[in-house]
Amino acid sequence: MSRPAVMRGGLRLEACKTRPFEQPLHVLPAPAIAILALDQGSGEAATPLVQPGDTVRVGTRIAAGGGAAADLHSPVSGAVRELARLAVPGGVGDCVVIESDGRDDREPGLGTCDWRSLTAEALLERIAAAGIAGLGGAAFPTAAKLALARSAGVDWLVLNGAECEPWICCDDALMRQRAKDVVLGAQIMLAACGAARCTIAVEDDKPAAIAALEAALAAAPAAGLELLTLPAVFPLGAEALLIAAVTGREVPRGGLPPDIGVVCQNVGTAAAVSSCVRDGMPLVSRIVTVTGSGVRQPANVEACIGTPVAALIAACGGRVDASISLIAGGSLTGRALAGDAVPLTKGLNCVLVATGDDLSPRSPELPCIRCGDCAVACPVGLLPQQLHVAARADDRSGQDRFGLDACIECGCCDYVCPSAIPLTARFRAARTRRHLHEQERRRAADARVRFERHQRRLAEQAEAERRAFDAARSHARGQDPGES
Amino acid sequence: MSDGTLLPALGLAAGLAALLGAALGLVASRLRTDADSLVERIDALLPQTQCAQCRYPGCRPYAAAIASGEADIDRCPPGGEATVRALAELLGRMPRPVDPQYGPTRPPLVARIDEDRCIGCALCLPACPVDAIVGAPRFMHTVIEMQCTGCELCLPPCPVDCIGMVPLAAVAPAGPAASEAA
Repeated sequence: MSRPAVMRGGLRLEACKTRPFEQPLHVLPAPAIAILALDQGSGEAATPLVQPGDTVRVGTRIAAGGGAAADLHSPVSGAVRELARLAVPGGVGDCVVIESDGRDDREPGLGTCDWRSLTAEALLERIAAAGIAGLGGAAFPTAAKLALARSAGVDWLVLNGAECEPWICCDDALMRQRAKDVVLGAQIMLAACGAARCTIAVEDDKPAAIAALEAALAAAPAAGLELLTLPAVFPLGAEALLIAAVTGREVPRGGLPPDIGVVCQNVGTAAAVSSCVRDGMPLVSRIVTVTGSGVRQPANVEACIGTPVAALIAACGGRVDASISLIAGGSLTGRALAGDAVPLTKGLNCVLVATGDDLSPRSPELPCIRCGDCAVACPVGLLPQQLHVAARADDRSGQDRFGLDACIECGCCDYVCPSAIPLTARFRAARTRRHLHEQERRRAADARVRFERHQRRLAEQAEAERRAFDAARSHARGQDPGES
Repeated sequence: MSDGTLLPALGLAAGLAALLGAALGLVASRLRTDADSLVERIDALLPQTQCAQCRYPGCRPYAAAIASGEADIDRCPPGGEATVRALAELLGRMPRPVDPQYGPTRPPLVARIDEDRCIGCALCLPACPVDAIVGAPRFMHTVIEMQCTGCELCLPPCPVDCIGMVPLAAVAPAGPAASEAA
């Protein structure tokens, strides 16, 4: 079929993905203390089901999902030490801290099964019970996403193996090692969401992963499954852009991929689905890239969710120098980590231990010269220079007009700006301000409703008391003459 | 002048009076709804703490006072500068700082009951304008933090002074607002 031009704008960046593959994939033992953030990266916290002192085993459900949060399971056996607010990749959040007893007792799980014998509903239930969330970074519950796609009647499943950020290569490592799992997961997800075809999209800078996938597809041919190689251009891995590049359909602004009959999942999520459906064990580990010039031996590490970042870095030979910054995610879309005590979450795909050489040096910010380079680079066709004016002035109607909500925060505009304006950070801050403002408005509206109810109730009580008093008085008056 | 010319003139005058009266009545009713909707719009910008620091018994009465021109827009310390700016924009006036005589502008607070000292007198329950305190006579009371507006109206009725104000920042999640500095 004819494919459209891959995407507008974007950047062709020099990839820094070779060094982690000089090391084999490290598999880390379970940590002595696991810190499980209730918000695994989706922005919504799960509800804890355990209390300090409870004993748990590997795979015990410790928090119930709902909305944008998936179920959370213990990666270790031992005792819950505390529920505390600790530093997590997204800032500060509630966490369950579990102290391991080192025994590695396992829950029985759901048992192994033949996925072909299960209905779509049973598959979705199994995926939900395993706490699988989008491992590409969004950590949205996979079962909920597939169920939504099923009810919308999608016909196309896109598996995202693009991995366009210059430093991240955990999906590359996964596709090399577990191409069979990815293919099996794709088949299971096809059955679960009811789509007819599945495209595994991989950027052409990963020849080893492509070869492994080709071999896996040849070994287990399945109807509707195909592999598509795309040119390596940043940020093609962004969901809506990848869907447009693969299917030629554009997700409408404010809409979701199921609106155009497509659902997109990460390849890591597919591998997790295949192992959970096959073995019946919940998701308690993931592969994460630990890289950057600040770490001695960059590598991909498979570690339990809840492992402190310090342990990940230690497994890679430790830091070169203490005075360097830690970034969650890649160099373009990543965010600074609060420290190395932060735990691994389902949404954390890369720890970049950066030195000054890794990050393009930021010269002092200069005024915008309206060169328009940012508009050329913007992959979603916005005018960042106009949006910047609206964001700085806190002009809400301007932000709406120039599409603040359509910005995918990819950082391309920052990268090309000759005046070194931190555009993405400004857009992010403007979004946060709007979000907080809306939250404030909702709180105020609730308070007003309760105030009005309170006033009405007080008035009713006063009225009832007055009536009771009047009744008592007239009653007393009726009796008075007889007594006097 | 004969009756023949007087009667139609009187009729015309009466008809005009009725017509104009109806028109005036219509305009008056339209204008009143306008004033009401202005109060609504002002009220929507106020923080709904119901703290009465503006010397009106709640946010809505203050909104009505602003709409009628009785009170200025600088009387709301909990709303702070942002509220004054929003009001100024709505009403087409110049923004000005909050008048300190109505109280200090400070980060949002919420009430917290020292549950060991609470004697369960229930006096703070009716004082809370937004029903954010749960309790019953001779039982321990507690404040629902997410619903507390920090109005401090529960402090005076407490006979044992077991209610304190703590910053809301301890309740709200740490937002990525700091990323501006990054």
